Amino acid sequence: MRLRLALRRADIVCRQAVELVTDYLENALSPAARRRFEKHLAGCPHCTEYLAQMRATIALTGQLRPEDLDSTMQAEFIALYHRWRADPDSDH
Amino acid sequence: MPPNPDPDAGLLARMRAGDEQAFVILVQRYRASMLALAAGYVPSQAVAEEVVQDTWLGVLRGLRGFEERASVRTWLFTILVNRARTAGARERRTVAIGAFEPAVDQVRFDPAGQWADPPERWLEAVDDRLTAEKMADCIRQAMAGLPARQREVVTLRDIEGMSSDEVCSVLEITEINQRVLLHRGRSRLRQVLESEFGRA
Repeated sequence: MRLRLALRRADIVCRQAVELVTDYLENALSPAARRRFEKHLAGCPHCTEYLAQMRATIALTGQLRPEDLDSTMQAEFIALYHRWRADPDSDH
Repeated sequence: MPPNPDPDAGLLARMRAGDEQAFVILVQRYRASMLALAAGYVPSQAVAEEVVQDTWLGVLRGLRGFEERASVRTWLFTILVNRARTAGARERRTVAIGAFEPAVDQVRFDPAGQWADPPERWLEAVDDRLTAEKMADCIRQAMAGLPARQREVVTLRDIEGMSSDEVCSVLEITEINQRVLLHRGRSRLRQVLESEFGRA
């Protein structure tokens, strides 16, 4: 019992693991911390799932694309461009 | 280190040569992220629009002098942030990170720190195209609800695909602050997806 309570300093728990995910993905953990994190993942399906969800969240965010400019705005930007071409240094 | 080929450099060359469509493409590519960033510095959406408009004018005027030492997008966003700072009521030279904000609601862990209420599953649903589109919409909305600083970092890193160095340079924040903001922003987005799409 005493051994169980006295978690080795090297062990991390789930509550800590979720806070290390970004450092892990950014390669910002020390080699020792990285090993601890990966050791935790190896024994914890929930944190493994959590990490996979964070990766999926990043991938989904990366797929967001701006909506197309409407034709009015396109015309405005084209007009801005032409004013600049006509007189590159004025205030327009 | 050889410079990476900059996907926007060709557009700049075309703009210099008089191609208006190249300008429209560049605007289209970056306008939404610029608006998202500007909104973090100024009091209203209307002022953010003005800052963005003003930035594009600054881009056109700077076109001749731009030497492509930085990437085009770093240059664009640096102009934007400078103008937004000037326009903004808030002086944001230093970024206060604020109190600890857990990635996951602490009630979901037992006293020993293990999951009591583990992550609900939603990854399988990403394979369905329609669901993935709903998830993207959900992220778009959730982005708007992020605290401004988190939104800025997530926009530049995860939507624009900038490196952490580029983001630190554009926003003038430290590497560590950048990572903390990224962590909080991404963690919130994950939580929103879990809440909307998760199954126990």
